[in-house]
Amino acid sequence: MGVSSKLGNLGVVTTKLEDAVNWGRTRAMWPMLFGLACCAIEMMSTQAPYYDASRFGMELMRASPRQADLMIVAGRVSRKMAPVLRQLYDQMPEPKWVLAMGDCASCGGVFNNYAIVQGVDEIVPVDVYVAGCPPRPEQLIHGFMTLHEKVKEMKWYEWAGK
Amino acid sequence: MGLINGLMTTIKHVLQEKATFQYPEVERPVRERYKGRHALKRYDNGMEKCIGCALCAAACPADAIWVEAAENTDDERYSPGERYAKTYEINMLRCIFCGYCEDACPTEAIVLEHEYKLSFTDRRDSIYTKDMLIDPVPPGGQDTPHQVEPHSYDRPIPDMENPK
Repeated sequence: MGVSSKLGNLGVVTTKLEDAVNWGRTRAMWPMLFGLACCAIEMMSTQAPYYDASRFGMELMRASPRQADLMIVAGRVSRKMAPVLRQLYDQMPEPKWVLAMGDCASCGGVFNNYAIVQGVDEIVPVDVYVAGCPPRPEQLIHGFMTLHEKVKEMKWYEWAGK
Repeated sequence: MGLINGLMTTIKHVLQEKATFQYPEVERPVRERYKGRHALKRYDNGMEKCIGCALCAAACPADAIWVEAAENTDDERYSPGERYAKTYEINMLRCIFCGYCEDACPTEAIVLEHEYKLSFTDRRDSIYTKDMLIDPVPPGGQDTPHQVEPHSYDRPIPDMENPK
């Protein structure tokens, strides 16, 4: 915020640059190949021909976190898995986003017990929560759309922190 | 020859109809029994079916439902019987859409509908209140609270019709 308030309104150049960069980010947001439970089956279905995530530039599930932009936490995260998830998140390059898919990733869902992390936002910052147990592929795509709307609203001075 | 045979398969599939549902533009219809977002139902006169018994909250395996009941009076009547749901909240991120609430409900007030577009950028947005869940007043009905004659709505569960 400090820079923007000092520089004031930078006018048409930064506005258009913002739009162009954010547009580019929404059009090729590679998710990480990371399935934890039954939600991963629906995530696979989203990649499959009926729902075809490549329409949004998301056909490549990157097996390496170094090449991924989006982490879809698909399933319940156990306490033992939590450090692994955090390490994978730390290995992803900026800008990166996290989508908590399904109830278990979002808030523990039906597994209200000692073994399951009650929402992955305890360990990583989550951008979008998708409800459903598991969500339909349509629901996941709706989550992508919500994330795209969020990314399109991003300002240039937030890029450094994202 | 093998190359041509292989290409024939490709060409055949290119000419076929595309399997992809263009989701955000075209929505695939869900099954009749699909369980999506809940709705709280009303009677034809606009009175709420929910009597605030909280059996749905007791049946819920994920503890996603919060019901707080209040007393009905004849001047301010929201539902038949003694009580109505003053607060009715469902956390959509907790709910696993199993339909046990639907089974537990004695007045068939809560029904899982076909709406599935549920994604949030904040966990607070996932809590649906009564205003968001309740159906609009049917035509010819009147919004709650109603002012009614004394003892006209003593039974919380109206007489059920026999199965046809």
